[in-house]
Amino acid sequence: MALDRFIALAFIALCCVYGYAAFFTMDDQLPPILRRNPVWPSTFPKILSVLGLIVGFIILFGPKPMPGDTKKAGAIDLTRLGDYYVGQALALIALMVVYALVLRPLGFVGATIGFLVIGSLILGERRFHILIPVAAIAAGSLWYLVQEVLGIFLRPWPGIFM
Amino acid sequence: MIEGILIGLAEAVTPFNLMMVVMGCVVGTLIGMLPGLGPMSIIAIMIPVAIGIGDPTSALILLSGVYYGAIFGGSTSSILLNAPGVAGTVATAFDGYPLAQKGQAGKALTIAAIASFAGGTISVVLLMVFAPALSTVALLFHSAEYFALMVVGLSAIAAFAGTGQVAKALMMTILGLMLGTVGEGALSNTPRFTFGLMELQSGFSFITLAMAMFALPEALFLVMNPARAATGDGGKISGLRISRTEARSIAPVIGRQSIQGFFIGVLPGAGATIASFLGYAVERNIAKGAEQEEFGKGSIKGIAAPEAANNAACTGSFVPLLTLGIPGSGTTAILLGALLALNVTPGPRLMVDEPGVFWAVIISMYLGNLVLLILNLPLIPYIAKILTIPRTFLIPFILFFTLMGSYLGQNNPTELLILVGFGVIATFLRFADYPLAPLLIGFILGVMLENNFARAMQLYRGFDFVLERPMTLALLVLAVLLVILPSFRAYRAGKRAEGVADGD
Repeated sequence: MALDRFIALAFIALCCVYGYAAFFTMDDQLPPILRRNPVWPSTFPKILSVLGLIVGFIILFGPKPMPGDTKKAGAIDLTRLGDYYVGQALALIALMVVYALVLRPLGFVGATIGFLVIGSLILGERRFHILIPVAAIAAGSLWYLVQEVLGIFLRPWPGIFM
Repeated sequence: MIEGILIGLAEAVTPFNLMMVVMGCVVGTLIGMLPGLGPMSIIAIMIPVAIGIGDPTSALILLSGVYYGAIFGGSTSSILLNAPGVAGTVATAFDGYPLAQKGQAGKALTIAAIASFAGGTISVVLLMVFAPALSTVALLFHSAEYFALMVVGLSAIAAFAGTGQVAKALMMTILGLMLGTVGEGALSNTPRFTFGLMELQSGFSFITLAMAMFALPEALFLVMNPARAATGDGGKISGLRISRTEARSIAPVIGRQSIQGFFIGVLPGAGATIASFLGYAVERNIAKGAEQEEFGKGSIKGIAAPEAANNAACTGSFVPLLTLGIPGSGTTAILLGALLALNVTPGPRLMVDEPGVFWAVIISMYLGNLVLLILNLPLIPYIAKILTIPRTFLIPFILFFTLMGSYLGQNNPTELLILVGFGVIATFLRFADYPLAPLLIGFILGVMLENNFARAMQLYRGFDFVLERPMTLALLVLAVLLVILPSFRAYRAGKRAEGVADGD
C-alpha cells in the first residue's frame, strides 16, 4: 500500500524541519555559560532527527510488505473507501471543530446539547422526542458533575448572562 | 511484606476507596463492552475524574478498576456478539461465540468470569512477590542505566509490534519522542519547537494526545464502518452454572495461563493481547484428542485460557510501571501520565516513599477482582442490555466524552482543536497500519528519557558513560539487538518469499 510510504515521506519532511531547527537555529539563543555544558537543549532533538531520518528512509525504500497480508476483521480497506460513510465522518470532524469554537461564547449547556443533537442527526437519527431530552439530560448532569462534584469551572450559559 | 499488606488494607478499605473500586469496575465493564472503545480510551476518558479526586491512592484505585472492568466487559461482547470491544479479548470470541450460539452463553460468561477472577488473583500474588524484589534491584540503577533501560523498553515495544511492523513502530516511537520535546524542557527552561505559540509553551497535554490517538480514530472508524459496531439484542442469558467436571477440567488451564500471562504482561510491549493469543495457542497444543478437536467450536478450555491470561497480563504490566516507572503498554503509559499529574512518581522509590499508594493499589486489585466476580455473574444479563444502544446515540456521546476528557484537563478550547488535528492525523496513521501505542509511550517516556540522558551526560562530561558503565552498555546493545533481529528475520523471510510468484 502506498499510503504508508506517503506518511513516511511526510515524516521525513517533518524530521528535516525539526532537524534544521535543532541543528541551526536553536543554539543561537543559548547563553554562553550553558555552552560549556556537555549537553545542550538541542542535543537530544539532534539525535532524534537523525534517527528519525534513518527510520523514515527505511520505510520509504524498504521491501514491499509480504503478499497475502490477512486483513483484520472490521479493518478499513482503503481500496473500497467509497463504500464507507466518509461524509459522515468528515461532518462529525467539522462538528467537533465548531464545538471547540463555540464552547466559550455559547456556554457549555447550549454547545453540548447542540453537539449531541446535530451529531445524532448527522448519523441519521430522526426521533427528536428521544433525542432532545437525552441530550439535555446528559448535558445538564455532566455540567453538574464537573462543576459541583469535581469542582472544575465550566460556564454553563453564554457570557452575556453571567 | 505482611507490614505492606496491612498498610495497603488500611489505605484501601475505606468507604471512599471501596466505592472507587466498585465505580471503576462498573464503569470499565459498561464502557469496555461497547465495541470499539478499548481500555486505553476508557482510562483516558476517566483521567479528569481521577485527577479531580486529588488523592493519588483513590485515583489509581479507580483507574485500575476501570482497566480490569474494561478487559472484563470486552469478553462479554466477544462472547455474546463476536464483536470484541478490546483487542485482548479477541481470542475469547474463538470459542465463546460458538458456545453462545449453542445456547450456552450463560455458561461461557461464567467460565470467563471465573477464569478472569482466578487469573487476576493469582497474578496479584505474583506481583506482590516480584515487585518488591525488582524494586530493590532497581534502586542500584543510575541515571545512565535508567536511560538505557528506557531505550530497551522503547525498542522492545517496537520489536514486539509484529513482522514487518518494526520500522513503523520505531517511527511512531521517534515521533512520540519528538512531540515530547515540544515546550519548555526541564533541562534549560528554554522553550523549544513552540513556533512562538503560547499554547505550546507547556508542551502537548498527554491526555489530549491519548484521546487523539485512541478514542477519536476508533470512533471515526465506527462511523465509517458500521459493521464494526455489530449491535445485537443482548439475548436471553440463562444457565449460568457449570458442572464439577467442567470446573475440574479448566482448573489446570487457568493455573498455567495465569502464570504465563503474568510473565508475558511484565515484558514491555507484550500485553494482554499477546498473552491471550499465546495462551489460547498453548492450550490448544497441549490438549489431546477430542478436546483439541473442540477448540474453535465452543471448548470451555478455549474460553478459560485467554481470559485467565489476559487478566494476568494486565496485572503483570503493573510490575515495570510500579517498580521502574517505565510503562510497558499503552494503558500503563496512560496510568503513568495520570500518576505524574497527581504528583506521584512511580519507580523504585515508590515503595519506600509512598508505601501507602503502592500497597493500596495491590490490595485494591484483589478487591477489584472480587467486585468483578460478584458484579458480573448475577448482573450480566442486565449489563448486556447496554449493547442494544443504537449507534446514532452512542457515537456522538463517545465523541463528546473524548472532547470533554481533553478539555477538562486544560480548560482551554484550543486544546480541542489540537485534539481534532491529532485525531485526524492518527486516523490516517491507522489507515496505513501504523501502531499508535508506541507514539504515546514515546511521548510519555520522552521527558524522562531526556532528563536521565542529560544527567548521565553531565556526570560523565560527555558520552563516556556508555563505556564506563558496563550495564548501560549491555542494555544499549540489547536494545539494538531487539530492533535488528526481527527486522533481519523479516528481511530473510522476504528474500525467501521473493522466489514465489505473487500476482502483484
